[in-house]
Amino acid sequence: MDESLPTRSDTAPPETVGDDPLTPLHPDHVSVLRIQAALFALPFVIASLVLEAVDILPMGIFAIPVVLVAAFVVIRVPLRRYQAKGYTIGANRLRVVRGLLFRSDTVVPFGRVQHIDVDQGPLERMYGLATLTVHTAGSHNASVHLPGLAHDDAVAMREEIRAHIRRETV
Amino acid sequence: MPPTAEPRRTAPVGLVVKGIAGLRQSVPALLALIFVMRDEGPILWIALGAAVLVLAINFLVAWLQWHRLTFHVGEEDIRVESGILSRAARSVPYERIQDVSLEQGPLARIFGLVQVGFDTGAGGKDDLKLAFLTEDEGEELRELVRARKDGTAPVGEDGETAPQEAAPVLFAMGPSRVLTYGVFEFSLAVIAVLFAATQQFEFLLPFEIWDFDAWEERLAGPGAWLSGLGPTAQIVGGTIAATSLIAVGFATGIVRTALREWGFLLEKTAKGFRRRRGLLTRTDVVMPVHRVQAMRIGTRMVRRRFGWHGLKFVSLAQDSGSSSHVVAPFGKLDEIWPVAEVARFERPGENVAWQRASSAYRFDSMALAFAIPALIALAALAVTVAAPVDEVGYPVLALIPLALGAFLAAGQWIEWRNTLHATDARQILSRRGWLAPRIDIAPRVKLQSVDFRQGPLARWHGYGTLHLGVAGGKLEIPGVPEARAKELRRAVLDSIATTDFSELNEG
Repeated sequence: MDESLPTRSDTAPPETVGDDPLTPLHPDHVSVLRIQAALFALPFVIASLVLEAVDILPMGIFAIPVVLVAAFVVIRVPLRRYQAKGYTIGANRLRVVRGLLFRSDTVVPFGRVQHIDVDQGPLERMYGLATLTVHTAGSHNASVHLPGLAHDDAVAMREEIRAHIRRETV
Repeated sequence: MPPTAEPRRTAPVGLVVKGIAGLRQSVPALLALIFVMRDEGPILWIALGAAVLVLAINFLVAWLQWHRLTFHVGEEDIRVESGILSRAARSVPYERIQDVSLEQGPLARIFGLVQVGFDTGAGGKDDLKLAFLTEDEGEELRELVRARKDGTAPVGEDGETAPQEAAPVLFAMGPSRVLTYGVFEFSLAVIAVLFAATQQFEFLLPFEIWDFDAWEERLAGPGAWLSGLGPTAQIVGGTIAATSLIAVGFATGIVRTALREWGFLLEKTAKGFRRRRGLLTRTDVVMPVHRVQAMRIGTRMVRRRFGWHGLKFVSLAQDSGSSSHVVAPFGKLDEIWPVAEVARFERPGENVAWQRASSAYRFDSMALAFAIPALIALAALAVTVAAPVDEVGYPVLALIPLALGAFLAAGQWIEWRNTLHATDARQILSRRGWLAPRIDIAPRVKLQSVDFRQGPLARWHGYGTLHLGVAGGKLEIPGVPEARAKELRRAVLDSIATTDFSELNEG
């Protein structure tokens, strides 16, 4: 099933404590992150434009920095966040790496998965993406999310993990 | 109680218990009603009549509820149907039942009834409860659930159901032990509650509590002799006040502990650990050995000087309260470890290689602890330099935050020194704390996930925090160097890879 996944060697996420190479997420995930960031930044941009319009301070003192920061948050940050994410689906475990400043490297053995969700938000549906969530019985890290997978891949991964669970329990 | 029996009802006597419990709530309201309307004559009687009518209706509803609630102990599940107008049917398969607990309040004990709880690990209030069954029925039901569960499991070491054999006692606390325990549970919570209550109900008091002038006036009359007695008497008075405060603290601790822990008995039955405790409300919980996920031995600052520790298991079933899976609340280490060993934990020997967090982690945490007070000190210095004041000693004030920073940094160093972790053949071990050290042990196969987290500083210095997912608890090891984290993770994953979790909890 690894063949069906997009492989982009130019944006290989940095290794943390991993042993296996990481698979990057679907490139469209960047677009989803960008739209989310844009929705987040929009109110601030509008507010700064309003403050400009009231004309209390010299021109550009609000709008220019806010727009610059917004551009950084919308264009640069999602790309870096995307590059920081990755996963490996091994023979009997799923590894999820994420985080730009605060990195997290999680490994969930299939034998510990209680149930699996494949969710699609409205934005993800636009791009045909999905989020795979595996739930464990642990109190910490009870659910591990893996966003930005092509929907078909997410479903395929779910089936694979489920097959493992069945094989190991029977 | 044969499994294929007809749907059954709970014990009718339970209605009386529930009725009395309900009365307890309405009696104060009734008394208040009588008190308020005592001069109203006929209106009082009408009100009383209405109250009695409401009570009667309540009782009728309770009776209907009782009548319409039936449970059915089937081949594969327990089914409960309930509801007067809207019906609800719930089925709980035997395999999903983690624990069967029996609980008796004081009233239920008088009537020989128990509340049976089926813990499915769904968390607290969603769990199925049957109130009330007779003690025998409860016991029988529990045995039956245990037997059913074993029947469905692929391998059972003890297939036959031995109902009431003499079980070896693992840990017990006699009255003197409970009292000793109580002494160490010194608590001033009552004072806090009283204090809060005086603030809450201040308006009911005929005088102003916080009006000190009024107090002085009041004392000036009969209390004048007190102020006239001189310093010796005041010291004596203060001592008496402090002594009574301490006495209240000890009394609270002893009473609370005795209520909870009286007659503590932990036995090893064929079905697992069975714990009974409580003075007025007696609880009876059975926890299967293989459902124990991890353990913790903890202590407190003072009791540690006397060698007292407590043992707690972490289990899949998360029932109410923090002290839910305490299996040996108060004992010497030599009494506690054998209990842990029954649950297949191994006491770490001398040869276990304990490791500390990395020195970079130590440096970072000390530096962070020192940084904020140091910044405050700098700011203070800057202020004194910028706006010099005549008085000498202002620059000296800057030393206070510096000293605080040094103190905090020293605290971090002590914490680093006392934070240790290790692995042995099967387990992962963690020790923390200086004055009240605790040790957590989890078998590696029972872990759920491994998560390695790094903040910006940690990434720069090549360490991180290892979070291990434990069902019903958590275990984290801070400041693990990357290479060591990799090693630990591989050890955990290798142990896990061979066993499926559901298998683990059945067999």
